[in-house]
Amino acid sequence: MTETRIERHHYDVVVIGAGGAGLRAAIEARLAGKKTAIISKSLFGKAHTVMAEGGAAAAMGNVNPRDNWQVHFRDTMRGGKFLNNFRMAELHAKEAPQRIWELETYGALFDRTKDGKISQRNFGGHEYPRLAHVGDRTGLELIRTLQQKIVSLQQEDKREHGDYEARLKVFAETTITELLLDGDRVAGAFGYYRESGEFILFEAPAVVLATGGVGRSYKVTSNSWEYTGDGHALALRAGATLINMEFLQFHPTGMVWPPSVKGILVTESVRGDGGVLKNSEGKRFMFDYVPDVFRKQYADNEAEADRWYKDPDNNRRPPELLPRDEVARAINSEVKAGRGTPAGGVYLDIASRLPAEEIRRRLPSMYHQFKELADVDITKEPMEVGPTCHYVMGGVEVDPDSGAAYGTVRGLFAAGEVSGGMHGSNRLGGNSLSDLLVFGKRAGGHAASYADQLTARPKVSVAAVEAAVETALAPLQRDTGESPYTLQQDLQAVMGDLVGIIRREGELVDALARLAELRERVAKVSAAGGRRYNPGWHLALDLRNMLVVSECTAKAALERQESRGGHTREDHPAMDAKWRRVNLVCSLDGETVRLTQKPLPKMRPELIQLFDRAELAKYLTDEELAEFDALTEEAGN
Amino acid sequence: MGTKRPFRIWRGDETGGDLQDYTVEVNEGEVVLDVIHRLQATDAPDLACRWNCKAGKCGSCSMEINGKPRLSCMTRMSTFEETETVTVTPLRTFPVIRDLVTDVSFNYEKARETPAFAPPADLAPGEYRMQQVDVERSQEFRKCIECFLCQNVCHVIRDHEENKPAFSGPRFFIRASELDMHPLDAKPDRKEYAQAEMGLGFCNITKCCTEVCPEHIKITDNGIIPMKERVVDRRYDPLVWLGSKIFRRGQVPQTSVTSGHSSGAATASAAHGGVHSHAGGSHDTAAERQAQQGVNWHREVPHPTAPAVDANGKLPLTELTFDKPAAPSPFGDDVTFPLPPEHLNFAHPQQDEPKH
Repeated sequence: MTETRIERHHYDVVVIGAGGAGLRAAIEARLAGKKTAIISKSLFGKAHTVMAEGGAAAAMGNVNPRDNWQVHFRDTMRGGKFLNNFRMAELHAKEAPQRIWELETYGALFDRTKDGKISQRNFGGHEYPRLAHVGDRTGLELIRTLQQKIVSLQQEDKREHGDYEARLKVFAETTITELLLDGDRVAGAFGYYRESGEFILFEAPAVVLATGGVGRSYKVTSNSWEYTGDGHALALRAGATLINMEFLQFHPTGMVWPPSVKGILVTESVRGDGGVLKNSEGKRFMFDYVPDVFRKQYADNEAEADRWYKDPDNNRRPPELLPRDEVARAINSEVKAGRGTPAGGVYLDIASRLPAEEIRRRLPSMYHQFKELADVDITKEPMEVGPTCHYVMGGVEVDPDSGAAYGTVRGLFAAGEVSGGMHGSNRLGGNSLSDLLVFGKRAGGHAASYADQLTARPKVSVAAVEAAVETALAPLQRDTGESPYTLQQDLQAVMGDLVGIIRREGELVDALARLAELRERVAKVSAAGGRRYNPGWHLALDLRNMLVVSECTAKAALERQESRGGHTREDHPAMDAKWRRVNLVCSLDGETVRLTQKPLPKMRPELIQLFDRAELAKYLTDEELAEFDALTEEAGN
Repeated sequence: MGTKRPFRIWRGDETGGDLQDYTVEVNEGEVVLDVIHRLQATDAPDLACRWNCKAGKCGSCSMEINGKPRLSCMTRMSTFEETETVTVTPLRTFPVIRDLVTDVSFNYEKARETPAFAPPADLAPGEYRMQQVDVERSQEFRKCIECFLCQNVCHVIRDHEENKPAFSGPRFFIRASELDMHPLDAKPDRKEYAQAEMGLGFCNITKCCTEVCPEHIKITDNGIIPMKERVVDRRYDPLVWLGSKIFRRGQVPQTSVTSGHSSGAATASAAHGGVHSHAGGSHDTAAERQAQQGVNWHREVPHPTAPAVDANGKLPLTELTFDKPAAPSPFGDDVTFPLPPEHLNFAHPQQDEPKH
């Protein structure tokens, strides 16, 4: 190979990812006095965090003074169907308020209550109004505030050292392709500038992963192009482990057509206000999908369902309002039976149900969003909707207090969506923004102290860098392989159709076989063009990350024979208390994904006693319940 | 089911390039960014363009479409004629990196030069108290998604590279404005800084920035003009003088509303340094009620603004040496009528009698 230029940098802490978690981690590492680099795949301040609308959950008790961390902890565990890492849920509930208040000292401007405090709004699964918010752009406020705090730290450094970037530098539009190790310790990270295609090497003893999720492996997703599971894959290749990868949050009604709004969520209130689901034959099909346990609450004929909107006390609810997974399952079945729309969804019709004026009054933001983005008038025509991939609960298995990755690697930390455990099998709305702040700060702080206590800096080996260069350049040097765009579409089809919202054993086995085929094809991918800002090349390099993470999801989904939170198995439709005690852990053995079972950590007595026995009985095994009873008795004496 | 439509896209890098013709399938309901993605997946796999959220929220996919600065994810194909050629070019104000991607680092440099929020020294985290009405003014500017279309369209720098060092641009004027209006920001000289260091005086209010803003922020009316008006060394800026001849007073938006009375010591009064204004209404029902109850000599009434006198302590004699369209008011020039009731210590004798 000819000589390749590689730019070298020395840092104490390298943070990969510039969303909420990454920026918060970087702030903490810099405040601890460490020389810190932030690697951003896009421009600074464009991260996917901006998409978060609802708010950041924190039990500040500004609106309802009865709220406190214990209530928030309970809600989080309930939402995650008790599969959460209890310690993470506990830390999150305890520390979220401080993290939100801290943002105000950075200049954030949340909406206010009448007495001038931060206003908090209700959200599904939260017992009290708890989400600090700024209209429907809370994520933007969060990212901008953290971005501006970073600028303010740089201004301090400029005053002190004469250089804005003396101790904190943002590497915008830079992608990391490989973590480099010295034995079992992190020694650095290798990547490329997207703009120039030039290579860059960071020598650093501590790396924080904050790369977000994996949604780009799915056909219909609300996630941006950056969500290719980079952090998940980097961690695996460095010897770390992933947990909960079978749990993905899907929303049953995302737009599937037109393409300009594909993946964007259609709020559930469209159905609450009278919207009905119809298949391509015009049939209102949800009546065929009411499970027996819901027969008492849900209507079995259109007349009764339609009366419910006006008179909910004397009529049963329309079946369109069944829980999310039931609705999703029904849509899935209709599409698979060939009664879907051309774009692979079903129709959500509110236009024929309410006068246009009324729709505009009740759903103003929905109306304007689709009018502006897609020229779809929801008062005139039905929407085409289907399940859309929204969030991955699974991720890097970490120590709950420090965010240090488990497995064989040292010096690697993870925070935010890329880490696993906090949300269990299902995330509550609003918990992700506070998760970013709480665990971003923790990971940044612990990465800094890890770097501090090292006596010698780990060394990057020349051979590892050469190998990384070769891997990165390979797609450009091949011209016989397939286009990365085709391969991505095929991967998305496999994941969307076979490892989507509703899963079956046969389909999962099929998916694994197809992923193995794709692995062969991805290994031979070729990208046309040069190194300078070449999106085809960038995608070709992202593909292998998407692929390995998809394999983890498929394998774990096949293994877990129950339905819980973000994992629904049609052949195992019930929740099983035995499976609650198990985490599925993925690791990499050479090129192969290895799956092992690992017991869930046991909740401390004072935490489990925050729950009612009746509620615990739904989740725990008899054995665990007996233990709980013994505890209660002990406390009573 | 789609139709084939003509596209012209600028391809090249800093060494040069040209418009290239493509014929590409366009389906119903698509936006320009969808078409660019289709081109990448078919004819032009290495066509460079930035994008992220594809929902108008991140501000990454800025480009010029038929000469107009737009977000490509928000530009629907249905807004063009069937046969119309859609021409897509990179932002003109910034140096090209490749194809539709430009080097926008100018904006990040200016962001770094703008002084950050200064937290109040006497308040711990969790003690901040602000009224919704006070934060809303800054919140309008914090909607900014940093698409930099306003920077791109601003003629001060669009074709004048030489102005770039001295001019921060509309994005950062509203950042200064946002901090200036922040109820708890402890840095008192945002306006003066904007004038002296950010090149606020270059702006001659053509409002192009407001026109292209995808978030519909009133950059000029609510951000730039109020700052220009209130900046201390207003006489250095002939445009404010000219503007005051063109606009009748009162048409120019007032931003000097102080609701510090209503929200306690921890709010706006700190930022305004105790200077009171007579403009605008009150949001304090208690003060309104008290005012209705008649004269109370113990009640604290805000001091009026001092008149605008010259170095000799005299009012200016002619309009030519003064920045207002008429003779100055001896009561100060921020007064608008009617005065808000809590600024009065007077009650009408018949105010309690029933109205006919």
